[in-house]
Amino acid sequence: MLQINNLHATVADKPILKGLSLSINAGEIHAIMGPNGAGKSTLGYVLSGRPGYEVTGGSVTFSPLPLAGGAGGGPETGTSLSGPPLTPPAGGRGMDLLELDPHERAAAGLFLGFQYPVEIPGVSNVQFLREALNAQRKARGEAPLSGGDFLKLARAQADAMGMDMEMLKRPVNVGFSGGEKKRNEMVQMGILDPKLAVLDETDSGLDIDALRVVGEGINRIMRRPDKAVLLITHYQRLLDYVQPDFVHVLADGRITRSGGPELALELEREGYRELAA
Amino acid sequence: MTIALPTRHDEEWHYAPVEVLAGLKALPEAQHILVAAGETHPVYKCVSTGSASKVDIQRYQIDIAADARCEAFFLLTGGGYKRLDIDVTLAEGAHFELGAVGIGRAEEVTEIVTRLRHVAPGATSNQVMRGVAMDTATITMIGRIDVARQAQQTDAALGVKGLLLDRTATINARPELEIYADDVKCAHGCAIGQLDEMALFYAQQRGLPMATARNLLMQAFVAEAYGAIGDAKWREHMTGYAEAALRGTF
Ligand SMILES: Nc1ncnc2c1ncn2[C@@H]1O[C@H](COP(=O)(O)OP(=O)(O)OP(=O)(O)O)[C@@H](O)[C@H]1O
Ligand SMILES: [Mg+2]
Repeated sequence: MLQINNLHATVADKPILKGLSLSINAGEIHAIMGPNGAGKSTLGYVLSGRPGYEVTGGSVTFSPLPLAGGAGGGPETGTSLSGPPLTPPAGGRGMDLLELDPHERAAAGLFLGFQYPVEIPGVSNVQFLREALNAQRKARGEAPLSGGDFLKLARAQADAMGMDMEMLKRPVNVGFSGGEKKRNEMVQMGILDPKLAVLDETDSGLDIDALRVVGEGINRIMRRPDKAVLLITHYQRLLDYVQPDFVHVLADGRITRSGGPELALELEREGYRELAA
Repeated sequence: MTIALPTRHDEEWHYAPVEVLAGLKALPEAQHILVAAGETHPVYKCVSTGSASKVDIQRYQIDIAADARCEAFFLLTGGGYKRLDIDVTLAEGAHFELGAVGIGRAEEVTEIVTRLRHVAPGATSNQVMRGVAMDTATITMIGRIDVARQAQQTDAALGVKGLLLDRTATINARPELEIYADDVKCAHGCAIGQLDEMALFYAQQRGLPMATARNLLMQAFVAEAYGAIGDAKWREHMTGYAEAALRGTF
């Protein structure tokens, strides 16, 4: 689903990613751990196309599987009209992710859970997400969701994440606590129903109960044969709920070690310094 | 009443284009509004001059009697030179609410100038001004508040914000306070900036194309001026007009 090959990227002319390679298949959950400042968030931003994050080398190929009737996305997913421009040809080589604008990457199925979710004063969550979802559907050649159908979908996802519907009517993330913002990211993920989710420290700032709810939410929305997750985290706790298939260490801009779930436990015991030695 | 013609030496006319001032033969009569004691008077008005050469100066003189309210909401857009000039005198316990939006593109010049005279105790005012300037447009927002010695317990709020969408555009924003009473609250804020890049990226990451994301943020910005409209239908009208003006389809 995602092929990252020898990726180099700079921020403000400073090299941050220095030859990062990673391959993620549909149906897999990968965890990335690594010291502060290693470039984990940078990877998420580069993948999603944030301005100012300049790719200076390497390639990223994104090949989401064709629609298989996903979890959310409305009562009728897959009602494709005329040739969806952003769905890769079945069995094709996928798309050059770095060529796409950020909103095209989103429509193609990429979701970034932000380490620091952004506040948007004056725009309600409901309006924001409905416009976002319908923009994605339009880009995929799908019919827009009606107001009623959207509210139904939003309510279901908010309920599942234990978020009050009243909060969805408030401006995006404005005045939300740190944990509420992270929960809201997951509600958004449930509504947008992506193929590949890069979740940047979604577990940071969550209380013990919220951590469980979010963990279960990730499994419910994303653990499917046609989807994949890249989980950026500092702690083993989230991985108790969302069992990764692979764990990687990102240090100084590249993947320095990969292994199974046991690697996370080892890291927790030994720290990064021991491991590097 | 005859009024001397303004010059650029007058603070309230300082940013007006020279050619507009030179071409002025007389100031248009001010429209007088008297709000009787205890009453509430709403004003909703869109000022849109059609042609680029047109000069449109709208002057209001508003007297708000004791415990009365005036709630005034304006949109200025399009055309050449537009000026909204409001002079308000507040009696005891009166309230003045203003929401004014100026949207300028091309070479348009838009001016929103208010002068509030708190002359009696316990009067309150709340003014929200929002300016969005594109291309080489100029927007000027001046809010002057005079609080007389006897006007204790005045509570006057003035929030002025400008959004510069192009480097070539200009926004002048200035609060002017003259306060002679000691027991007053005068909260004033003045900010000029650009669209929040992180919010733009966040919206794009969720699927909104750049132009849609920008529009969404601009709409939210101007809507702040109309948040105090109590009548939901008018609030929708005014925000709808402002959105059309932002799109350039007013
Ligand atoms: N605008 C910028 N200018 C210069 N350096 C930057 C800029 N943005 C990020 N960096 C640097 O890039 C490096 C990688 O940052 P990044 O946020 O990707 O780290 P991270 O692995 O996510 O860390 P954390 O675990 O603390 O979230 C850091 O050294 C950071 O200071
Ligand atoms: Mg980070």
